[in-house]
Amino acid sequence: MSQSPANPLTPTNFVIVDTGCANLSSVKFAVERLGYQITITDNIELIKQADKVIFPGVGSAEHAMKNIIVKGLVTTLQTLTQPVLGFCLGMQLMTESSTEMKKSSTGESNSNTVECLNLIPTKVEPLQAQGNRLPHMGWNTLTKVESHPVLSGISEGDYFYFVHSFAAPISEYTIASCEYGSHFSAAIAKDNFIGCQFHPERSAKLGSKIIENFLALDPQELVSQ
Amino acid sequence: MLAKRIIPCLDVRDGKVVKGVQFRNHEIIGDIVPLAQKYAQAGADELVFYDITASSDGRVVDKSWVSRIAEVIDIPFCVAGGIKSEADAQEILMMGADKISINSPALREPELISRLAEQFGQQCIVVGIDSFFNKEANNGQGEYQVYQFTGDEKRTQKTSWTTFDWIKKVVSLGAGEIVLNCMNQDGVRQGYDIEQLKHARDVCSVPLIASGGAGEMKHFSNVYQQADVDGALAASVFHKGVIQISDLKQYLRQQQIEVRPC
Repeated sequence: MSQSPANPLTPTNFVIVDTGCANLSSVKFAVERLGYQITITDNIELIKQADKVIFPGVGSAEHAMKNIIVKGLVTTLQTLTQPVLGFCLGMQLMTESSTEMKKSSTGESNSNTVECLNLIPTKVEPLQAQGNRLPHMGWNTLTKVESHPVLSGISEGDYFYFVHSFAAPISEYTIASCEYGSHFSAAIAKDNFIGCQFHPERSAKLGSKIIENFLALDPQELVSQ
Repeated sequence: MLAKRIIPCLDVRDGKVVKGVQFRNHEIIGDIVPLAQKYAQAGADELVFYDITASSDGRVVDKSWVSRIAEVIDIPFCVAGGIKSEADAQEILMMGADKISINSPALREPELISRLAEQFGQQCIVVGIDSFFNKEANNGQGEYQVYQFTGDEKRTQKTSWTTFDWIKKVVSLGAGEIVLNCMNQDGVRQGYDIEQLKHARDVCSVPLIASGGAGEMKHFSNVYQQADVDGALAASVFHKGVIQISDLKQYLRQQQIEVRPC
């Protein structure tokens, strides 16, 4: 991989939190394609010291939260002050709670509310797809894009790759929205915490742009948000 | 608006991309990584890699190519073939695949679908179905039947499932997406099996991907418009340069079909 474009006098330290979920390496590769180094870790000290933190995640909130609890990371993640970017389930983990429908091995569906990290005061609920097929899977357009440093260069109508059945509603924390049967948050942010419902690591050039915006971000820019 | 997906499929044998006609007579097309990169850059929306030897050989297969692909491409990809357990799925997903697709192992043990969906999330569990229209079956009226072990013609066999019953069953167990491979059409480029896919669409509440039969651009617009599939998978027309993805997307846009710009 190529050299980091960051200023060599101020070495940056990026980490991906090892939530025990499966898309860790695709997130790492996406960062490396931009010429940056990043470490996958569940070490509390390394996470605390990082300049930027990425929460990846695919799968169920229940499974991921269990891993985070078992690894003893809850307080560490809740007290991070550096910029943090969550992808998909990683975004959902930043909210108060996630209500997921679970299918048992006999095919029955049950609703299950999982307490999350409560970093952004919104709740993830089943996507109101209004008859559209679920999961919401594929490339969809952003319907609204607010001014936010992580979304610099991103416009309404741009396509991103989504794979999910649950979503955060539109709220004061929404910085980008998408529509699939109903409008939902494509990205949310509060202070130093930013989350994308789509997968920037799998959203071609525009996804890379978001990751690059985040890694190049001056943390001061978030303070004024 | 959600775009219709164009999905080049790369059949993999021993680390090379191959293509046969009606699942047979495989010829080598090229190395995986440069081909994957080429398709991602050309505007493919997703890629599927079928390790066609895996399920039928019962041997341990080198999957290191999965992480080599994950390193270079920035679009989603799915790996199929040889995934028989949670541990197999974990290995492939950890290497950077976005989805895994299971076929013969799901027929042997349908509950595997539920266990995989539970552990990794429904969204990354794809069920591949190889469906053959048997003219003689059903008292000569014909029937769509599910086949297994299609990677090896000596072991390919009919199962007791009809295609549409099997689709309903796998969706009820938690499959997140169905790839319906219409074997009669595979590799012969005469168009997708619209009738079968329409019927499949009616019983499939999760994303449905058409596979088998693409030969010209019109076949793609037909399958999106007539069978309302979420994506269309094709191999030879892309590998042999018969259709360029950028031309196809331009054509589909002219037909008022929503696609992501290249």
